[in-house]
Amino acid sequence: MNKIKGNEEVLLHPGSSYWGDVWLQFKKHKGALIGAILFFSIVIAVMIGPFLWPFEANGIDIRSRNQGPSFLHPFGTDQLGRDTFARMIAGGRTSITVGLAAMFLAIFLGTLVGIVAGYFKKLDGLLMRFTDLFLSLPLLPLLLLMMFLFREPLSVAYGPEKGMFILIVVSIGITSWMPTARIVRGDVLALKQREFVIAARSIGTSDQRIIVRHILPNILSPILVSATLGIANAIITESALSFLGLGFPPDFPTWGRLLNDAVDYLQLYPERVMWPGLAISLTVLSINFLGDGLRDALDPRIRGR
Amino acid sequence: MFDYTVRRLLIAVPTLVIISLVIFLVLSLAPNDPMAQVPMTVPPEVKEKMREALGLGQPLYVQFWKWLVQFFWIEPQVFIDHYFGTQFAEGKLRVISWQTRAPVMDTVVERLPQTLWVVGMSYVVAIAISIPIGIYSAYKQYSVFDQAGTFITMVGYSIPPFFTGPLVIVIFAVNLEWFPSTYDTLHKVVDWDSFVIQMRQMVLPVMVLAIQGTAQISRYMRSAILDNLNQDYVRTARAKGLSESIVILVHVLRNSMIPVVTVIALNLPLIFGGAIITEQVFKVNGIGQQLILAIYANDLPTIQTLTFIFAFLIVGMNLIADVLYAILDPRIRYE
Repeated sequence: MNKIKGNEEVLLHPGSSYWGDVWLQFKKHKGALIGAILFFSIVIAVMIGPFLWPFEANGIDIRSRNQGPSFLHPFGTDQLGRDTFARMIAGGRTSITVGLAAMFLAIFLGTLVGIVAGYFKKLDGLLMRFTDLFLSLPLLPLLLLMMFLFREPLSVAYGPEKGMFILIVVSIGITSWMPTARIVRGDVLALKQREFVIAARSIGTSDQRIIVRHILPNILSPILVSATLGIANAIITESALSFLGLGFPPDFPTWGRLLNDAVDYLQLYPERVMWPGLAISLTVLSINFLGDGLRDALDPRIRGR
Repeated sequence: MFDYTVRRLLIAVPTLVIISLVIFLVLSLAPNDPMAQVPMTVPPEVKEKMREALGLGQPLYVQFWKWLVQFFWIEPQVFIDHYFGTQFAEGKLRVISWQTRAPVMDTVVERLPQTLWVVGMSYVVAIAISIPIGIYSAYKQYSVFDQAGTFITMVGYSIPPFFTGPLVIVIFAVNLEWFPSTYDTLHKVVDWDSFVIQMRQMVLPVMVLAIQGTAQISRYMRSAILDNLNQDYVRTARAKGLSESIVILVHVLRNSMIPVVTVIALNLPLIFGGAIITEQVFKVNGIGQQLILAIYANDLPTIQTLTFIFAFLIVGMNLIADVLYAILDPRIRYE
């Protein structure tokens, strides 16, 4: 295509591209913008925090135990004199890594099941019954069960921390793909009837290529939204498991674990519950706002209003 | 309509059987030894006998079949015996807990009222709060109230119960000393004073569970009302001179309740899931706590039975939601 030189500015004004439009709409949602900024700051803080902060998460200093907030220890210290701020950073690192990894697994499974069910009619009934079945499972009890039963062998096989990480990520992943699968299936069913897919098939494009080139790019936005909300869900689930004492080993901090430890000292040091609790809530809240804004921004019916 | 209900019921039965099979397989695939707690001095051949006595020597399908028979055939008989004084289940083997050596269902029946009281109350409270909030924020869309309501529901939705629990304990039990921090299940309601004590100890757990329920239901309520407000029948109702309160509270509300009622039914199992955590925080001895105790004690029959009860609740509520939807909305016809 030839572009006329004088018109270039008009054509390239921000918002002329798809993602430009999305960004324009996203910016309008103040809550989503604040949520995005907050979430990315938390992620950056927990990722680079351990390199900047002088205290170690497991560095015991028994002489300065049970201290309140001070200049040296902004969040105080725990019953073994470990710096709470350092533990919060380390805990956040684990919680957010678990959240991201579990989300990727859930999204991968959900997208796979959704596309296969939506695209191949023969498998649709079977896969959707399978999804319904998973939706009817009592997830929290089952997760607790999986934690309890498979903790030992995985710890032996991969070491206590890595084994637990694999176990938690896999169990959260395989119990939270169902909503994504349903959304993706619905969208694929609708897309399959669209002209461009029929045209692609009429010139002999293979199923695999149609899925990768034509269907996947068009279902990216619902996947993106459920991915965002999936992180929040995974973080909450991991924290709940750690809170019930069935998560990571005790010396390995996560936000849920820190909250669980703090509950034992609820009467004496009530402020200790606040840090991990606030961290979980703020992260989840910011992700939920981010997801809300993304949903609006990626929905062409709402965009531009 | 009747056909539809029967068909849904018929689908629910295999679903439940498959779910119980899944739970059973997860439990039996687990590389755990229920004999691990037995002292080392017990000779191996005795251990083998104990294992057989627990029914562990048999093939998996026999074990599964026995559990099915015990749970679906013998337990209902026990139930009937208890209420009608018959003797159907006399001498038959029930699902026995390895932990207490007593029938699992006896413990469940002991503990279920606590869970039901707390969960039920919290749900009633959540519905009573969220419906007016949903109506008003939809009616005054984008007003300050709506904005604040959306923000608060988002916050309530994001804060997990294992944080709100300790938080309300710190605020209301430790600092203000208004309510007790734990739930005393031995407490019996005999007169007005003990009733007040019972209500006081229920406030905090109910509050924690109600926060989550309120956040979800009010959002659905708001969007359901918004969907209906622009419909033609609303304009007609206003045009014929009905007062605004009748238009909203009678015409719009009745139509908006259709999706909300199903959401209420569908969310109930989630609240039960939250009750596992809340019971742990407030030391309520309900079935959620029983599940945690059973998991820690490696008590497989109890775990199997309780997990299945949770599954039963989910499937049952899904069924109720579907049937209610069909009853409430005459536009929906299932053939």
